[in-house]
Amino acid sequence: MDSITIIAVASIITAGITTAFGTMAPALGEGKAVATALTSLAQQPDASATITRTLFVGLAMIESTAIYCFVVSMILIFANPFWNHFIAQAAGQ
Amino acid sequence: MRLSPDEIVFWQYGSFKLNATIVFTWGLMLILAVGSRFITRRLSTEHTRSRWQNLLEIIVTGIAKQVEEVGLSQPRKYLGFLGTLFLFIAAASLFTIVPGYQPPTGSLSTTTALALCVLVAVPLFGVQEQGVGGYLKSYIQPTFIMLPFNLISEVSRTLALAVRLFGNMMSGAMIIGILLTITPFVFPIVMTLLGLLTGMVQAYIFSILAAVYIAAATQVRRTQSKSASDHSSMNSTTPRNSHG
Repeated sequence: MDSITIIAVASIITAGITTAFGTMAPALGEGKAVATALTSLAQQPDASATITRTLFVGLAMIESTAIYCFVVSMILIFANPFWNHFIAQAAGQ
Repeated sequence: MRLSPDEIVFWQYGSFKLNATIVFTWGLMLILAVGSRFITRRLSTEHTRSRWQNLLEIIVTGIAKQVEEVGLSQPRKYLGFLGTLFLFIAAASLFTIVPGYQPPTGSLSTTTALALCVLVAVPLFGVQEQGVGGYLKSYIQPTFIMLPFNLISEVSRTLALAVRLFGNMMSGAMIIGILLTITPFVFPIVMTLLGLLTGMVQAYIFSILAAVYIAAATQVRRTQSKSASDHSSMNSTTPRNSHG
């Protein structure tokens, strides 16, 4: 295999693994956060405004880790710097 | 596959490119500024008001209330900055219902610019509230050892703000693009609806996080001088290391 093929294989596999594992943990975390928020909403309906606001901010924080993984896998597939480098080198020859 | 609206170029002169991000950003700014100008030109304190004035009052008082609940006791001082952030990001995602429109927040340059605004605004508000010495002292709280960590937190939360907004908006546009090739007719509409919700939540998150950072920068001394009993309501918002 030449280097371009190796880079393509590695990028695609890594992008898949990144998204798979990168969404797993935030999903568990968000589920836990929502479950706890629902429990406390049931116990204290008066504090619903505070709980909901904190929940949204917290969910966005948790979700941003999944978003980082998504951005990394998108960069690997669509804007891979190593791929671009070797393509430019091959075009220069 | 396009990653961002940067790659749509409308007009080019030499190295100066007029891409979709710039065009839609200026279009949004024009709509927001001209719209607000037209509404606020005929304000009335009578019992009969125009419906647009009611809309604007609901938005402004709503933002002020949210900012106050985060812990900034004088929301009017920060309303200009935080309200602009919220309205711009919300309008950018809301206008996706217009065909041919690409949200400018789906470009990393726009979100980086917004995050840099927050990075600059937080020390400015902090210095305004506590003076230069008082603000700089907040970096070596609780001990001097925490200085590098506080600096890292400052940088990393700016990066997180930028990448979070970019990732959310870009993923919405990209999912719709992929679905259009698989299930062309109905399903992309559902995802567009979901994208509208995500956009509003992200606008809310961005401005609330900016408010939390400003609150953390302006209220360090005040929470220390207070007794432990009455800042229980601020506990969730004031710690300096609250980066995402």
